[in-house]
Amino acid sequence: MPDYKEIFVKTDICTGCNTCKLACAVEHSKTKNLFEAMFETPKPKSRLYVEWVPENTRIPVLCRHCEDAPCINACISGAITRSDQGTVVTDTDKCIGCWTCVMVCPYGVIGRDKALHKAYRCDRCPDLEVPACVASCPTKALVYESVDTFSADRRKAVSKELVTGKGV
Amino acid sequence: MSDNQQFQKFTSDPAVMQMIAKAKEKNIPTVWNRYEQMLPQCGFGETGLCCRHCLQGPCRINPFEEGAKTGICGATADVMVARGLDRAIAAGTAAHSGHAKHLAHTLLKMTQGKARDYKITDPVKLKKVAARMNIAVDDRKDNEIARDVALAALADFHEKETPVMWAASVVTPGRVKVLSGLGIVPKGIDHEISEIMHRTLYGVDADPVNLLLGGLRCSVADLAGCYMGTDLADILFGTPTPQVTCANLGTLKSGSVNVALHGHNPVLSEVIVQVAEAMQDEAIQAGADGINVVGICCTGNELMERHGIPSCTHSVSQEMALLTGAIDVMIVDYQCIMPSVASVAECMGTKVITTMDICKITGATHIEVKDETAAENAKQALTHAISSFKARKNRKTDIPEIKNTVVAGFSTESIVAALSKLNDKDPLAPLVDNIKSGNIKGLCLFAGCNNVKISQDINYTTMTAKLLKENVLVVATGCGAGSLMRHDFMDPSKTEELCGKGLFTVLNAIGEANGLGGPLPPVLHLGSCVDNSRAIEIAVALANYLGVDTDKLPVVASAPEPTSEKAISIGTYAVSAGLPTHVGVMLPITGGPLVTRILTQDVKELTGGYFIVEPDPNKAADVLLQALDERRAGLGLE
Repeated sequence: MPDYKEIFVKTDICTGCNTCKLACAVEHSKTKNLFEAMFETPKPKSRLYVEWVPENTRIPVLCRHCEDAPCINACISGAITRSDQGTVVTDTDKCIGCWTCVMVCPYGVIGRDKALHKAYRCDRCPDLEVPACVASCPTKALVYESVDTFSADRRKAVSKELVTGKGV
Repeated sequence: MSDNQQFQKFTSDPAVMQMIAKAKEKNIPTVWNRYEQMLPQCGFGETGLCCRHCLQGPCRINPFEEGAKTGICGATADVMVARGLDRAIAAGTAAHSGHAKHLAHTLLKMTQGKARDYKITDPVKLKKVAARMNIAVDDRKDNEIARDVALAALADFHEKETPVMWAASVVTPGRVKVLSGLGIVPKGIDHEISEIMHRTLYGVDADPVNLLLGGLRCSVADLAGCYMGTDLADILFGTPTPQVTCANLGTLKSGSVNVALHGHNPVLSEVIVQVAEAMQDEAIQAGADGINVVGICCTGNELMERHGIPSCTHSVSQEMALLTGAIDVMIVDYQCIMPSVASVAECMGTKVITTMDICKITGATHIEVKDETAAENAKQALTHAISSFKARKNRKTDIPEIKNTVVAGFSTESIVAALSKLNDKDPLAPLVDNIKSGNIKGLCLFAGCNNVKISQDINYTTMTAKLLKENVLVVATGCGAGSLMRHDFMDPSKTEELCGKGLFTVLNAIGEANGLGGPLPPVLHLGSCVDNSRAIEIAVALANYLGVDTDKLPVVASAPEPTSEKAISIGTYAVSAGLPTHVGVMLPITGGPLVTRILTQDVKELTGGYFIVEPDPNKAADVLLQALDERRAGLGLE
């Protein structure tokens, strides 16, 4: 299996600015331009969420494109499949809007398009080299890396902390 | 890829390109690097949908979300953007009027004998301004009149029984009625700025229309500040007359003590110019050819219009002047001075001298310049320049060999004087007749800055080239003038090539009648950013001559590359004066659909003016041409 890149979240450095949500909506608009996208009907939708955990933590949450995706297994109309790029996609022609995928999703990241009566989610911006949310993040709290690279970076950082006595 | 191609996205000025290449080679960060590091910029800020006016915030409204459509306090998107716009207008007004207030204090101190380095240079202008302010002039000494003018100016800052006189007395009678009807005649310049701060506070004005009217009223106060700035500077330092001079980085001289004066107010720069003249020998003794004073930004415009002092560069390329390695000292007062100049100066082994109490920069040397001791302080600053020259005289400099011929200094007075050579009894007649006949389609004012988001100057040159060919008489101020002068748009030898036939015929006739042996330059330089007042003065004169209000005239304005909040306040007063006003950068208002609609459409029903937001310079020129045609049709002209 190819080593797909995933969108990872560095949970300690998100400032909750919501720039990723704007960038996501613009990338999923017709015009792909912020100033014009605002005036489109229907309004383009952001596919990721920034949650707040008291007291002071912000966590961007988005589709993990799970390897063993509960939504793929649960979809009664067979609308949800895995793409060649490794992403989990919903075929809107087949989607009947039963929201079973929403019931089984452990992350709560599947949205309901009220105009189309269909489910929607992160598609990792197939037209872009780096997904719009990752490219827009001012603090680099969102990263686009393979699991191996992300883990290797984390190991390096932990090792450095151990050596310099800062603890983990 | 050649350097020129590589740097075209940053600037269209070839001299600036050379310096960007040098900055890259020497690894000195500039405005363009910092912009790239800043990308992507925050969409909430770009659309005006971020509010930090209280400590419950910051609040953002996501324009794509169906949920929360208000801030925590309940302010809607339109309220948020209107509050933000109002504060920008207030900031611009504070800057222009702060500049004017500084001049008023200098004038007053001069009349009291406390500012001996200043004098009344233009008594005719003094009397003209005094008469406009209902100050008696007959049988009175200039000094007494000047004192009353200074006191009247200072009185215009606070609330008093009369409205702001520098607003009410400078527009057409019809405009006074329009502004009064809308309740937007300012009561005091500082009062309006303060009231904007009040009404945009947490829990005050939450009606977007009312907020916008407040912004329009403050913009009229900004017009007053600009007008006053021009009037008082003309009285103290002379009303501009045409000067043949030059612009761009090629105005620096390797063998001279190069002093760059940067900022806005002539109170400082005029004295430095005088003292520099007196210190030429000292510079020669230090091994220099002399002292070479050049201007940057609006200080450059102020000195150019009155003394023909060359302009070195403008706005977004101010760091590039230092990168030549030839500037021995950059002396600044206030406004549009990027703090980065101090670090670029340090990299280049030179220094920046700040001079004003309200504008100090970490890393710069501060020499406070006071009205009472101006010449002495100027001497101190120039002594630094000479010693700096001694240290660098054997070092290599990189001065681009690019210098553009410029004819500048077109005040209303000098334009009328030039026209009177065609018709001394009725000087405006030749201009109005040519507008009527269609030789001149109309007037366009270019004002404002450069903006790092746009390849420097490209919007100005693209639009101006198109408008001139369509016989639009183009006037320019501030860094808009700076931009056009660095691309030969103020060189009379280019008038025939750049202008349509009708416009060329007029400019040539005026030039010939004034013994220039050729035409006026394609674009008329009206001065600095406060000198946008001169454009208003010309429009008002034309309107009064035709017996209409300014919102009927074929006159448009454009700030195609705005940066400063001052450009926002100027644009807004152009709209208050009834002009279609183009802006080439998205204003942070687009997040408020009602506010956007009012400013681009509905306000036309109120003041006759409106904003045109169009980033594409070709399309923008077309829209302005359409607006001129519409105005001409309204006047029954073809």
